[in-house]
Amino acid sequence: MNKNNYSSFQLFWLIALRVLIGWHFLYEGIAKLSNPNWSGVGYLLDSEGFLKEFYLNLASNPVLLKTVDFLNIWGLIAIGLGLILGVFSRITVIAGIILLALYYFSHPPFIGLKYSLQMEGSYLIVNKVLIELIALAVLFVFPTGNKIGLDRIIFSHGKS
Amino acid sequence: MEDHKANNTNRNPDKEKKLGRRDVIKGLATIPVLGAFIYSWYKKQKFDRLLKKAIQEEISLDAVNPVINPVVTNKKQIRLGIIGCGGRGRDLLKAAGFVHPETIDSWKEGALTNKTDKRYHDYLEQEDINVVVNGICDIFDINAEKGMIACANKSKEDSGGNIGVRPRRYRTYKELLAANDIDAVIIATPDHWHGTMTIEAARAGRHVYCEKPMTWTVLETYEVVKAVKENNIVFQLGHQNRQNESYFKAKEAINKNILGNINLIEVTTNRNSPTGAWVYPIPEEAGQYNIDWEQFIGPAPPHKFSLERFFRWRCWWDYSTGLSGDLFTHEYDAMNQILGLGIPHSAVSSGGIYYFKDGRTVPDVLNTVFEYPDRDFSLVYSASLASDKKRGRVIMGHDAYMEVGRDLKIYVDKGSTKYKEKLEEGIIDPSLPLYSFTPGMKQVDAITSPTEQYFAGRGLLYTYRGGKRVDTTHLHIKEWLDSIRCGTQPSCNIDRGFEEAITAHIGTIAYRENRKVFWDVDKQEIV
Repeated sequence: MNKNNYSSFQLFWLIALRVLIGWHFLYEGIAKLSNPNWSGVGYLLDSEGFLKEFYLNLASNPVLLKTVDFLNIWGLIAIGLGLILGVFSRITVIAGIILLALYYFSHPPFIGLKYSLQMEGSYLIVNKVLIELIALAVLFVFPTGNKIGLDRIIFSHGKS
Repeated sequence: MEDHKANNTNRNPDKEKKLGRRDVIKGLATIPVLGAFIYSWYKKQKFDRLLKKAIQEEISLDAVNPVINPVVTNKKQIRLGIIGCGGRGRDLLKAAGFVHPETIDSWKEGALTNKTDKRYHDYLEQEDINVVVNGICDIFDINAEKGMIACANKSKEDSGGNIGVRPRRYRTYKELLAANDIDAVIIATPDHWHGTMTIEAARAGRHVYCEKPMTWTVLETYEVVKAVKENNIVFQLGHQNRQNESYFKAKEAINKNILGNINLIEVTTNRNSPTGAWVYPIPEEAGQYNIDWEQFIGPAPPHKFSLERFFRWRCWWDYSTGLSGDLFTHEYDAMNQILGLGIPHSAVSSGGIYYFKDGRTVPDVLNTVFEYPDRDFSLVYSASLASDKKRGRVIMGHDAYMEVGRDLKIYVDKGSTKYKEKLEEGIIDPSLPLYSFTPGMKQVDAITSPTEQYFAGRGLLYTYRGGKRVDTTHLHIKEWLDSIRCGTQPSCNIDRGFEEAITAHIGTIAYRENRKVFWDVDKQEIV
């Protein structure tokens, strides 16, 4: 699967990046799960940009909204666990990139777009969501689950 | 056998090579991170629970939605009449379940272009309150026509649908009140007619839902009370805020003395548009031929026909009660509901016509201070029709202050005596709400997420009943009908109406006569 040979220094920082992003995902999911009144409806309704209609559609259909909330919470938790434990790394990283892309395009910091939700910093096109997304892309190209992580145990079978 | 053994011995070293101790250690190396996560999460939960517990000990206020109106059988159909089918009249008809097909067209169109436009959806969901409108009266032919079509549209059809039988149109309200197929009337006319019509309706034995303010003059206020009580009718004044769940919670908080000594209440009105300042559009088709001007004037001073006065009547004392009667009454009734204010001891007012110099006689900026020495507080009303700065509604106490609107927030005051210890210990943060309640949301939240706080604060989360978003005016009319069916008193009954009208008149007199005005409790008179 991967023929990369990292120095222990490289491996350490790649794993630190993976585990911290995992921690962030996991807590985002757990925090939402432990709030019985949490729903993404407000965030979705506040969407702007060229995919605005798509997000508003999600928010306006109660069945879809329930599904989106469920997938969001459990997706965050599963991706978080996957990254921390280094299990099913490739699919976990891809899922993380997709989820972050969905967040990013709901509230893209493009010129002229205004949001009701206040952002905690100043952003122009690039925001922290996009940076986290790119960091996951880096982890996709430099996988570590098969070195430090459960993937090392799971996928060792059949390896010569 | 030997072969088999050999095979086994061949495989074993291979497997060991694949999954050695090293592999297992490296495979499980990040599990301690998960342990650290779980530990941190446990600590965080414990901290949050402790904070919440400390706060709840202090305020003992839950966030369970209050039970407001019991469900009443609506088996008995009530036959309504409506006097006044202008803008507000048609809102009330909508709340009772009757909407013009063209309005439904526009809602449907709105829902198609904007996914968040729920007007049509909410209307379809609105409970059937089992009423029929048998008579309507409007002195402007176009409004009468619109009202009749709305009342005939029982099955909530759009323009393509089948409309039922129209109710009868009466040329005068007296004829409508005399009709024997009407049990109750909704009055949504200009202010100068409210008192007269309520008195006559009560004398005719019709139950009354009257728009605010209850009266136009002080004298007729007493007459209205007498007529309603003597004829034993069910009277509801149109302050639909009575149905807002957060006001019930606010009242609960006040009863538990969470704010400490209340010394100042501030209520405000801010608008900044011609419509907000009562400069309504005048329909092109309107003229002397389709308006009964003589009947419009009624108890008001005579004046020659004027489209401006007919459609923008709120701008003249001749027909209006100005800011005090039209907009302060909403604020007053909300505070009367929460604090049981009653009539103030005295008031002073000032203001003027500072922006809309369009020939109006009522002020567009008004400040009135009402005194309640028995309760040790003042009530300040401050209004501008030419600035949209939102100021809200605040009840200020020595220990905490409360902001109440569609949602409710209580903040601890930095100088509080009661919460001093918890402030010093850092358990209470005065910059965050000690308590917040948003109708429809179950949780008491001292530490709400920024998203929730934002949306709640902007009123983007709506008032709910049983999980459904509802129109407060619909609930207010329903409460009136339920009271008629059960012979009970609705929330904004004649006694609350008397307090509302007298308080508004005190504010108006103080402005118009430029003096301090007092309420004589013994004589029950304004002096």
